Amino acid sequence: MTTAISVDRIGKQYRIGARRSRPSTLREALARAAAAPLRNWRELRHHGAGQDDADLIWALHDVSFEVKEGEVLGVVGRNGAGKSTLLKILSRITSPTAGRALVHGRMGSLLEIGTGFHPELTGRDNIYLNGCILGMERSYVTRRFDEIVEFAEVARFLDTAVKHYSSGMYLRLAFAVAAHLRSEILIVDEVLAVGDAEFQAKCLAKMQEVANEGRTILFVSHNLNAIQRMCPRSILLEGGRLAGDGATADVLRQYLALSPESSEPARWLDTSRLQRTGTRETCIEAVEYRSGNAAIGEHAYPDGPLEVRLRLVSDSARTVGGFGLSLHDEDGTALVTVDTISTGLVTTLERGPNVVGLRIQSLHLNPGVYHVALWARGPLGRLVFDRIESAFTLRVVDPHPAISRPRAGGPTTCEFQVLPLV
Amino acid sequence: MASPTDSQARPIGLHLELPEKGRRAIRTVEIAPARQWPGLDLAELWAYRSLLVLLVWRDIKSRYSQTVLGAGWAVLQPLLPMAIFTVVFGRFARIPSDGVPYALFSLSGLSLWTYFASALSSGGGSLILNRNLLTKVYFPRLVIPASQVFTALVDFAIAFTVLVAALLVGGFVPGLEAVVMVPLLLLAASLTALGAGAWLAALGVQYRDVRHLSPFLTQIWMYASPIVYPMSLVPERYRTLYALNPMAGVLSEFRAVLLGVAGPTPLELGVSLGAAVVVFLTGTLYFRHAERVFPDVV
Repeated sequence: MTTAISVDRIGKQYRIGARRSRPSTLREALARAAAAPLRNWRELRHHGAGQDDADLIWALHDVSFEVKEGEVLGVVGRNGAGKSTLLKILSRITSPTAGRALVHGRMGSLLEIGTGFHPELTGRDNIYLNGCILGMERSYVTRRFDEIVEFAEVARFLDTAVKHYSSGMYLRLAFAVAAHLRSEILIVDEVLAVGDAEFQAKCLAKMQEVANEGRTILFVSHNLNAIQRMCPRSILLEGGRLAGDGATADVLRQYLALSPESSEPARWLDTSRLQRTGTRETCIEAVEYRSGNAAIGEHAYPDGPLEVRLRLVSDSARTVGGFGLSLHDEDGTALVTVDTISTGLVTTLERGPNVVGLRIQSLHLNPGVYHVALWARGPLGRLVFDRIESAFTLRVVDPHPAISRPRAGGPTTCEFQVLPLV
Repeated sequence: MASPTDSQARPIGLHLELPEKGRRAIRTVEIAPARQWPGLDLAELWAYRSLLVLLVWRDIKSRYSQTVLGAGWAVLQPLLPMAIFTVVFGRFARIPSDGVPYALFSLSGLSLWTYFASALSSGGGSLILNRNLLTKVYFPRLVIPASQVFTALVDFAIAFTVLVAALLVGGFVPGLEAVVMVPLLLLAASLTALGAGAWLAALGVQYRDVRHLSPFLTQIWMYASPIVYPMSLVPERYRTLYALNPMAGVLSEFRAVLLGVAGPTPLELGVSLGAAVVVFLTGTLYFRHAERVFPDVV
């Protein structure tokens, strides 16, 4: 197989604006105000310069890797690890400070779907506009037009200005155009971030189809299950450097081990700064869990109960169709999923903070460390308000270390009895 | 706030082009730190011409949506200031108009000036308005201010039709000279608008002061051009200097070929056309120099 992308010691430097101290006297304030234009001019002018200064940081440093033709490569890393910078350099939106990369073949990038959509124009016009911006020729869009419309499920609203579209329709249309982009290399960044579950599944299927056509894909997502399914190989970025490169299972294990939020029970854990997806009309700002067993410090234990409370901050009074959590092993495989949507009960939130909770009657997990994902859904359950793929790690402890347990017995437990001797 | 210490990707070798039917050759693009002064690269601009066409079409289509008059605004844009100028400058101030009715005199100047001014000001603000494009996809950035010039050109076509109709009604029949010269003058005005627009756009991304400054600049430029007054009002010994304003020679010649009045001397016209080329080249080259930081500061 030939190389599609080779990245050789790429680096990108940014300047961080250093904060100035505040003036302490009126005289000083006036003097500064008078000098401000000159100072501002100096600062603005240096936007483009590459001077040696303390407030220069490497957003990406010394990153090298290769992607073979037809390979689907996952890119993972925490917020600020340099994923977006890397993709922007590869799609030529911004250029590197150091190093070089060779890209063989036409590159299409879906850095954010809906690029160039104009609110005043109709769906039909925007399909052509967006297609062209992404690099499709007009006749090609015409040929694939029906396919795009069908995929987006917006046939009835084709001649309506997109400003009147619901956010779901808008996204579906945007992804549909992007998904029909024809290029040898495709860069996909968080296209699955929003939209309802059904459509997300459809997008993933489409991506899989594209991958099966033998096209090279760079796939960035916070959806670890999707990465696991789509990409045999992944790279991990941490602090602007390449921290891992190899089989996806290994890299994801490394990535999850990085997430520092190993949490103590019965304490509110701030989740507001974690990386997440969703429309954020309602945000999960904090989480707390406890098993009700004070003797073992409220830690979760096998077959014991688990109460989880979420602090949901809503931007208005609204109804959520469900909230829930899932527990994953260190490879990212989901083991247990709880979602209040299965109860059919909706939750009504007030504007501002609300505390909601659920209780798992018995948690059938063996002692170990599990990664927890959290989410809150829209009223009909289809739209995701907020989803944190890796919110915290939960330790399931052994309350009776004296009792022997089978080793390597798998992560889950079940209730069982010994049948009476017949 | 983070800001960059560099730049726009510089492709060596073949350029990434829009997909074309039947093209299957694999192109290789090299991504490396950007050059300081990358040059114009017209070939790449040409490869992205369909994007230019689409942006123009988008702007025209969206500009008059939800308006009652629609493209009627393109007719009114030069007519309303013409009415005001005719009353204020023609009637009250009694500014000479080379012997033709002041209304026609000012309309002929205003139709070309309105085009120039709207191309200049929308071109100057275009990068900031299109920041979502700049930060999401790669394309030659000059396409954005260039599309503003072409969008304004569509309005000019309407305004020019109105002007020709007014000339015919007033008994002025433009001759063969006009057929030859009007496209040339239009080109010179367009190059000036693109060049100056590129200056404003590139500077405006980095220094937001430009947004506050550009309305004044446009206004000063208007009074420094023969629109409300004829070029003959400028003392003769200053006229060559005056012609350093590209729009001075262009507007004066435009009026001369349409109304049959005295125009600039060949030297004055030459100075103006030369200045137009200088504005165009410096503007676009500076734009190319500055564009490496656009995605990071816009």
